[in-house]
Amino acid sequence: MQNVLTRDNLLKWAPLLVLLALVLFFSVINPNFLSLRNFARLSISASPALMVAVGVTFIIIMGSIDLSMEGAVSALAVIFCYLLVWLGGSVAGLGCIAIPAILLLGAIVGAINGYIHVKLRIPSFMSSLAMGFVGTGAAVLMTGGNIVKIDDEVFRSLLTYRLLGFPLMAYVAFAFLLLGWVIQSYTRLGRNFYAVGGGEDLAHASGVHVKRVRVLGFALAGFFFSVAGLLQVAKLGQAESVTGANLMFISITSVVVGGVALWGGIGGVWNALVGVLIVAVINNGMIVIGIPDFIQDGLLGLLVIVAVVLSTDRRSVAFVK
Amino acid sequence: MYEMQKIEKKFPGVHALKAVDFQVKRGEIVGLVGENGAGKSTLMKVIYGAYAPDSGKILKDGKEVRFGSPIKALEAGIGMVFQEQSLILNLSVMENIFLGNEAQFRRAGLINWKAMADAARKQLKKVKLDIDPSRKTSSLSFAQRQLVELAKVLTLEERVQGDLVILLDEPTSVLAKEEVELLFGIIRDLTKRASFIFVSHRMDEVLAISDRIYVMKDGAVVDVVAKGKATIEDIQHKMVGRAVNKEYYRERRQKPYDESRVLVELDGVSLPGRVRDISFKLHAGEVLCLVGAEGSGREGIVRAIYGMITPTVGSLKIKGKPLQQTTPRFAAEAGVGYIPRERKVEGIVSGMNVFENMTLSQQQRFSKGGVLKIAAEKALARDWIKKLAIKASSENADCGNLSGGNQQKVVLSKWRSGGSDIMLLDHPTRGLDIGAKEDVYEMVRDMSDDGAAILLVADTFEEAIGLAHTIIVVKDGKMQKRFDYKPGAKPEPYDLLHHMV
Repeated sequence: MQNVLTRDNLLKWAPLLVLLALVLFFSVINPNFLSLRNFARLSISASPALMVAVGVTFIIIMGSIDLSMEGAVSALAVIFCYLLVWLGGSVAGLGCIAIPAILLLGAIVGAINGYIHVKLRIPSFMSSLAMGFVGTGAAVLMTGGNIVKIDDEVFRSLLTYRLLGFPLMAYVAFAFLLLGWVIQSYTRLGRNFYAVGGGEDLAHASGVHVKRVRVLGFALAGFFFSVAGLLQVAKLGQAESVTGANLMFISITSVVVGGVALWGGIGGVWNALVGVLIVAVINNGMIVIGIPDFIQDGLLGLLVIVAVVLSTDRRSVAFVK
Repeated sequence: MYEMQKIEKKFPGVHALKAVDFQVKRGEIVGLVGENGAGKSTLMKVIYGAYAPDSGKILKDGKEVRFGSPIKALEAGIGMVFQEQSLILNLSVMENIFLGNEAQFRRAGLINWKAMADAARKQLKKVKLDIDPSRKTSSLSFAQRQLVELAKVLTLEERVQGDLVILLDEPTSVLAKEEVELLFGIIRDLTKRASFIFVSHRMDEVLAISDRIYVMKDGAVVDVVAKGKATIEDIQHKMVGRAVNKEYYRERRQKPYDESRVLVELDGVSLPGRVRDISFKLHAGEVLCLVGAEGSGREGIVRAIYGMITPTVGSLKIKGKPLQQTTPRFAAEAGVGYIPRERKVEGIVSGMNVFENMTLSQQQRFSKGGVLKIAAEKALARDWIKKLAIKASSENADCGNLSGGNQQKVVLSKWRSGGSDIMLLDHPTRGLDIGAKEDVYEMVRDMSDDGAAILLVADTFEEAIGLAHTIIVVKDGKMQKRFDYKPGAKPEPYDLLHHMV
């Protein structure tokens, strides 16, 4: 206890320190950054990304990766909109069925994704990327390239209704984050993610049903992707084939920047939260201090590399592939 | 030509090399023998530069040398042919031969493949191997790969000044008899180019090829035998040396086992690979030890009982029933616990803490509806930390940071706390210091007292003899000999060795 400034401790808290430093930096340059209005705006852009990041965190803890999020979110968002319209157009009525239906569908799609990876023995990187393209294709097919609009006041209240200045969707995202934390820390499934990521052979030798854990992990990720899809619809009031665009880069970098190790076994959903906030703050901060948007992407890429260097322990990895 | 004087090497808790003197003359083939743990591999590592000695001198061609790494040793003309073949299988033969050494064929940044192929052919000729140097290494037989590896080391001849010393670590372990003859012919022929150090478990081969033989025991050279001056028996006696200290292995605590309760039964079991026709019964309270050389098939038998390998023929019953499916999950459910040799790979998950590791195999018992009972897990872990005196700051400590002995205790408590009563111990004391070893022996006796059956693959003969009720000698995948003993009437290590080689 005497020595708080150990290397391990520093590494553990580095992502949070990076986040605080960034907030401080942008606030000094433009005091408007540090306002409730700006933070509310930030939370809106971060909420769907957070859900994707939480989902993919479980997969990365297992030492795998899921790249299907863009296609999955687009397809699920589009299906949700059609379903809602077909069920009467409002979640206040029959349309409320659409929400659990989409969550279930997301889990099923994820399970299929995981099943393909495990049964056909395709690296998760490839199988999930391919499934993502299938999702995007399906979204285009369903919409014919058009936009599906939703004008249900009740559902849109996720964005419009404010509680203490923050929109409802921020609270919803936080609730699901807590759910993710419970799964991670208090369930067998969560424990087994770490066992598989930390030592797959050992987990197998200890009687853990590794394949089932993997499939369930992808199903769980799919579930969180569907939450992200719902929040995207609430945020934009519409769905189309590019609803999920950009979520891949943001979510994966968030998870890594937050301190979840890509080789598995280390990190958790709180790291995902900090990572998402870092990326969101960088994005938002660059707008607030007025950096031209064509430079923003490049800077974001560079900052991600810096953040990874600062926030992860790469000593234990002999080779980086 | 090459000389070591008073080489010392210590590791935490182990005095691995004690004032070792070692000498190789020009054109000589020197044999190096010793039991597992006698210090052979440490000595080899010092020779090829992987370890620096704590004290002592190494002379090469009369000059004192110090190697910080294997590359430095290579530059001084000391090469190593590894037991696990170190060729990269998806590269061609010539690329392997000149790996890390391609600069000589580079013209304006590009590799002149023809020049490399010609140079490779020249090297292959030294070992009398007539193959296309552009062939993929994976398409070669084991014997051919061994020769390619030798050819790779022989490139040193052109690269360095002075005489060569080449270390051969168990070069014959994967070869057939005629291939061994061929290899020996080539090695004898090559003595005009280099000196050799030959390390092997096969005593007859060591005797056949070596000019002198160094015998190691407990980190020291106990004798140097000249060619023709000793028989296999003489050397074996020197290898096992002193009498066994009975108390060390808690022999007084050894009790007769319960012959009426058979927990594991193998009947005519053959496994993929070379293991054939294995039959034995393992009883409650019994310690049964499988003895054999590396690669004799001991580990395969252990892994088969744990459901990791499916027998091709024969029946394997655990508590009277065959496994429903041959997977570790069903074996674990039937009460089998496995303590693997590679603690880091298969023993503990290093990112997870003590209690998580302990309950990894028994989550069924510590969860309800998928939700873990963490308080109960922690209580169990605290209980076992106390019971086995595990040195960990708390049940939340990361297992990766514990010492080897304490990691081993965590693995043991993982299975014992789950009620496993068939324990498979594969080299449970490997890499542990003496105190930690005694703890493990104590635990073995405790488990026997509780009526658990123990199948052991021991690190040394002494350990096997000291602990076991029953010893089965395995050679080339077959059961060679069975010994049953009582305390006080145990055999000598020599009796076992006799059946092994």
